[in-house]
Amino acid sequence: MDFSLDKKHEMARKLFNDFAETEVKPLAQEVDETERFPQETVDKMAKAGFMGIPVPKEYGGQGCDPLTYIMCVEELSKVCGTTGVIVSAHTSLCIDPILTYGTEEQKQKYVRPLATGEKLGAFALTEPGAGTDAQGAQTKAVLDGDEWVLNGSKCFITNGKVADVYIVIAITSITEDKKGRKKKNFSAFIVDKGAPGFSFGTKEKKMGIRGSSTYELIFEDCRIPKENILGPEGKGFPIAMHTLDGGRIGIAAQALGIAEGALDRAIAYTKERKQFGRSIAAQQNTQFKLADMAARIDAAQMLVYKAAIAKANQKVYSVEAAKAKLFAAETAMAVTTQVVQLFGGYGYIREYDVERMMRDAKITEIYEGTSEVQRMVISGALLK
Amino acid sequence: MKIVVCIKQVPDTKGGVKFNPDGTLDRAGMLAIMNPDDKAGLEAALRIKDETGAEVTVVTMGLPKADDVLREAMAMGADKAILVTDRVLGGADTWATSTTIAGALRNIDYDLIITGRQAIDGDTAQVGPQIAEHLGIPVISYAADIKVEGDSIIVKRQYEDRYHELKAKMPCLVTALSELNVPRYMTPGGIFDAYDKEVTVWGRKDLKDVDDGDIGLAGSPTKIAKASDKVRKGAGEKVVLDPTESVAYIMGKLKERHVI
Repeated sequence: MDFSLDKKHEMARKLFNDFAETEVKPLAQEVDETERFPQETVDKMAKAGFMGIPVPKEYGGQGCDPLTYIMCVEELSKVCGTTGVIVSAHTSLCIDPILTYGTEEQKQKYVRPLATGEKLGAFALTEPGAGTDAQGAQTKAVLDGDEWVLNGSKCFITNGKVADVYIVIAITSITEDKKGRKKKNFSAFIVDKGAPGFSFGTKEKKMGIRGSSTYELIFEDCRIPKENILGPEGKGFPIAMHTLDGGRIGIAAQALGIAEGALDRAIAYTKERKQFGRSIAAQQNTQFKLADMAARIDAAQMLVYKAAIAKANQKVYSVEAAKAKLFAAETAMAVTTQVVQLFGGYGYIREYDVERMMRDAKITEIYEGTSEVQRMVISGALLK
Repeated sequence: MKIVVCIKQVPDTKGGVKFNPDGTLDRAGMLAIMNPDDKAGLEAALRIKDETGAEVTVVTMGLPKADDVLREAMAMGADKAILVTDRVLGGADTWATSTTIAGALRNIDYDLIITGRQAIDGDTAQVGPQIAEHLGIPVISYAADIKVEGDSIIVKRQYEDRYHELKAKMPCLVTALSELNVPRYMTPGGIFDAYDKEVTVWGRKDLKDVDDGDIGLAGSPTKIAKASDKVRKGAGEKVVLDPTESVAYIMGKLKERHVI
């Protein structure tokens, strides 16, 4: 067992770190303050190959492993949580299911432009009445000749409106079991922006990751080609759950990056800030807090990397992903809260990055499965 | 078209320079990076490759760990890499270095050789022009722009206050300024490919037409008495006066400091 990174992963980290420091960090505060989607950064990431890192070269990707992609989200999130989630939702939630379940035609048509960053991807499962209880979804799809007709709405969709390709989960039939209980059968669909009957509702005003574009999607007799069903009809729910397993590793990496970024700033600040005639880093209270945070972040990183490696080597990695996301998200929240405390009054002021980081951290405990859902997944596996 | 780019792994001097007690650079104590002028030269070569499909080979002379900058160059888009490394080449000054690199380049075909203007560790700006001299090809230094036109290149040669536009028939050598361009990022896939490729490693025996007396420390006529970091100049004093008053002011200052 070897915990050190090989040379190619080390060089990839250096690349992501250089890019994040040079291109992303200078925009992070402004993007948050103005709630602006950083399109110029996405264009630069496309050029640098960041939009298709774990995608095989035959589909226009970089041909790297999931760990490299995870390190990219981690490094971006150290300086900007918004940029981290743009890449994560695009890669894990849109490209990955098409690569896993798509036909060869779908891969050629959709994965290639997504992996090169020419197009941006999104994933739509959540509905106003169906969050953790995804079975409560209402959006329906009915086959009409050569087209599926979608009706319903999806909410809290990351990369909403700015994306070009959407994976949408909808009910395609309702069946009754032997006891007469009704069961919704879901299917997954690939929907292009501009499909007739597909529009956008309100933009959400969020606490954190404010540069990320979060929209409601509306389908009113939205017509898409019959061949745009993704995977077998009726298999939409397992497809969505498997997709979220991958997505959770991306969010875990985002959380990890936020925690690491906050700790970096705390180290720099506590060495500079003087109270009672000496730097606050010279106080044992500060030292112990820094030590606890560093140990916890290291533990989170190991879980996140372990999950990324599991994704490369295993068919099923739900538990690894759930543990990584649970621990990294709670680490991000705990570390950013502690770092704001170390900054004192300045930590509460928007001029300092750590205030933004604390707001950005909170969502990692909620989206792509709350911490409670992760505990359900982990305990479910323990008790089965 | 075949382009060779000479690159060097240098200590990053951005955060200041560290010295060993004997006055030599503490290379282990500083981060190693690709020399900025060389990186601009590589980017210029890669842009020519993007346009014309040229083949780009990177060459470096250094310790085995200089392999890192060759991989970085390949991750940016260079096709081949050659590392010239041998114990007997250590301690080389600009003369011994340029002799060695020229000896290596005699083994390969090239139309254009690009080097950086100077390395941020030695700051001599001598190795590029010396390589051209050894190989008997023209050199254009301080390139701020490089264009290929048929069998020639057109280069903007930068001066402090102006530039010359020069045309030279290939093969020739150009030394590049870091201001030439903004180098591209490596790509993640490029990094993976770079570590799957082979780096050609050459030693003393692979150098063509090179005398033993012209390499390594023994073949280096330069003797370093002392090395020091750049000393920052003060902000200076700015005065606005008419010409007559200016002359009097300057003369006064020179006398005050006993310069005249």
